[in-house]
Amino acid sequence: MDHATPLERWLRGIALALVVLFFMFPIFWIVLMSLQTNETILRTPPSMVFEPTLSNYSAIIAGRLDSNVASMGIEFMSNLKNSIILSTFSVALALLLGVPAAYAFARHKFRGSEDIAFTLLSFRFAPPLLVLLPLTLYFQQIGLADTYVGLIWVYQLICLPLILWIVRGYFEDISPDVEHAYRIAGHSWFATFRRIALPLAGPGIAAAGLLAFIFAWNNFVFALVLASADKQPVTVGALAFVTASGIQYGQIAAAIVLSIAPTLALALYAQRYLVEGLSLGAVKG
Amino acid sequence: MIRVEGLTKRYGATTVLDGLDFTVAAGETLVLFGPSGAGKTVLLRALAGAVVPEAGRVFIGEQDVTDRAPEERGVGMAFQNYALFPHMTAFENIASPLRARGLGRDAIRAGVTDIATLLKIDHVVGHAPKALSNGQKQRTALARALVAEPEVLLLDDPLRNVDAKLRFEMRLELPRLLAGRGATVIYVTQDYKEAMALGDRIAVLAAGRIVQIGTPEEIYTAPATVEIAKLFGDPTINLLEAVPEKDEGGVFLRISDQRVALGADLGAAVGRACLAGLRPEALSFAAAGIPVESEAETPFNEKTVTLALTRRRRESLVSRPAGTPGPTSGPAHVAIDPAQVLVFDRETGARIALGQGAAAEAAA
Repeated sequence: MDHATPLERWLRGIALALVVLFFMFPIFWIVLMSLQTNETILRTPPSMVFEPTLSNYSAIIAGRLDSNVASMGIEFMSNLKNSIILSTFSVALALLLGVPAAYAFARHKFRGSEDIAFTLLSFRFAPPLLVLLPLTLYFQQIGLADTYVGLIWVYQLICLPLILWIVRGYFEDISPDVEHAYRIAGHSWFATFRRIALPLAGPGIAAAGLLAFIFAWNNFVFALVLASADKQPVTVGALAFVTASGIQYGQIAAAIVLSIAPTLALALYAQRYLVEGLSLGAVKG
Repeated sequence: MIRVEGLTKRYGATTVLDGLDFTVAAGETLVLFGPSGAGKTVLLRALAGAVVPEAGRVFIGEQDVTDRAPEERGVGMAFQNYALFPHMTAFENIASPLRARGLGRDAIRAGVTDIATLLKIDHVVGHAPKALSNGQKQRTALARALVAEPEVLLLDDPLRNVDAKLRFEMRLELPRLLAGRGATVIYVTQDYKEAMALGDRIAVLAAGRIVQIGTPEEIYTAPATVEIAKLFGDPTINLLEAVPEKDEGGVFLRISDQRVALGADLGAAVGRACLAGLRPEALSFAAAGIPVESEAETPFNEKTVTLALTRRRRESLVSRPAGTPGPTSGPAHVAIDPAQVLVFDRETGARIALGQGAAAEAAA
């Protein structure tokens, strides 16, 4: 890296700029769309010049979708609230269950432990629809359909394997001697887990938690089938913008901006941990 | 006091510790010595409770601690790879045994400062382990093991990763440090000089068994097997194939047609294929004796070692104190101190000697 000539550095800069442009452009375009009315979005030829308006945002926040023919209520803000509740509690539960389980799988090899761990991972392979049909029937029978508890439970299919497998790798990277040393110093195994294993795997846990949060947030099909209107997250709620009188592009764009904002903010906040966690060097003693 | 009875540890089909029995007296320092893979570290871990043995009992003091968790055994241990807590400062590392014992803040500060000063790391206790040199890490690990003044100290090759100068210093300091605390110490090392310098007794381990246990003196002058004789001593012992003979003058060895008298108690060796073990310092240049060619000389600081060839072109090393006159290159004669000749059975490697019982036991 240090031996790069100015030309190489310049080319690298261009390449990076192109990559950033490629990935950021859709987001940039959506932000632009969210500030326009449907008329300016759909005009031909498209133009970058327009009079910005916040009407899309105010419509969404007020919960009134006004099109040129009619006006109807939408529940977008409550969808957003549902998304936050579902994702947060799913990840919290998955961390609560998954981190100790990951520790157990990393430290205590027993007969069949690999099989159990793999079975848990295999939940990620199954097509969601395969699980959904029987699940819908069961949930209706036992009264879990259309409840937060039921959804959070099903969301464990997404979050738990992810957290279990990522965090397990981080626990395995901690030298067992460091833990032995802490116990020999006189601390119980639980204190060792809390003071040694957890802090050292911290970046990994943060990374896994963040990934699980994003996966849960983006989930569509579980919530579509198992939740009715008042429990639906933004991914399902966005369907409401496809109306009989046309697709409300401006409002969809504004809704998208609002719905990616929390994950984006979380990712930016956790970036430090992510980089630390993914580069792993911090864990080795 | 530590007592181990029939300690056995297996990993799958490999037996790492094979029914070990030994006792370490209170306040004694026992050095575990042996090649890599002999089971030294596993034994130490089994004593600390970090490894669960398949069979056998471990007693510390009078108590059977075999089924006790590591935190309930009250031992101190320093790991070969230091095993410092990377997210804590050196101070917190050293303080952790004191915190576990529920000491107050002032007592902890005093305890850590005392031991850190003793080990000359008091100026770096605020640093993270990452920021410490290898020597400082090693001292931090040692301080952590010592700070709570445990009755039993387990030290796993703590000087392996430090530079030669520091190793030498620590080899001088450690015995004083350990004796001052009255702790029972088990010390693992692969360096025979360290073993000789630090051990009240040395236990030589090979393939999960104790081959010999004794004072450094005993291990050096009366090694149970030829392997042990080779491991202890620098330069290594000269080994010559020979068959002891007997006539009216007693038992003797024939080396280059010269008669080398042996002790009368070596009668058992007569007629057997043997290896004669001659330490370089048991040989000396003399006016008469075994004729050799002096080939090359290597001066060490305190001694000079000469490579000599016997008439049958067998290589032998002869050492003499530095500064004493030696032969010029070419023909010379070597005398052998008969009291220092070690005779080993060529097949089993066991030493044949007075203590026939001990040698037979080691061979079994």
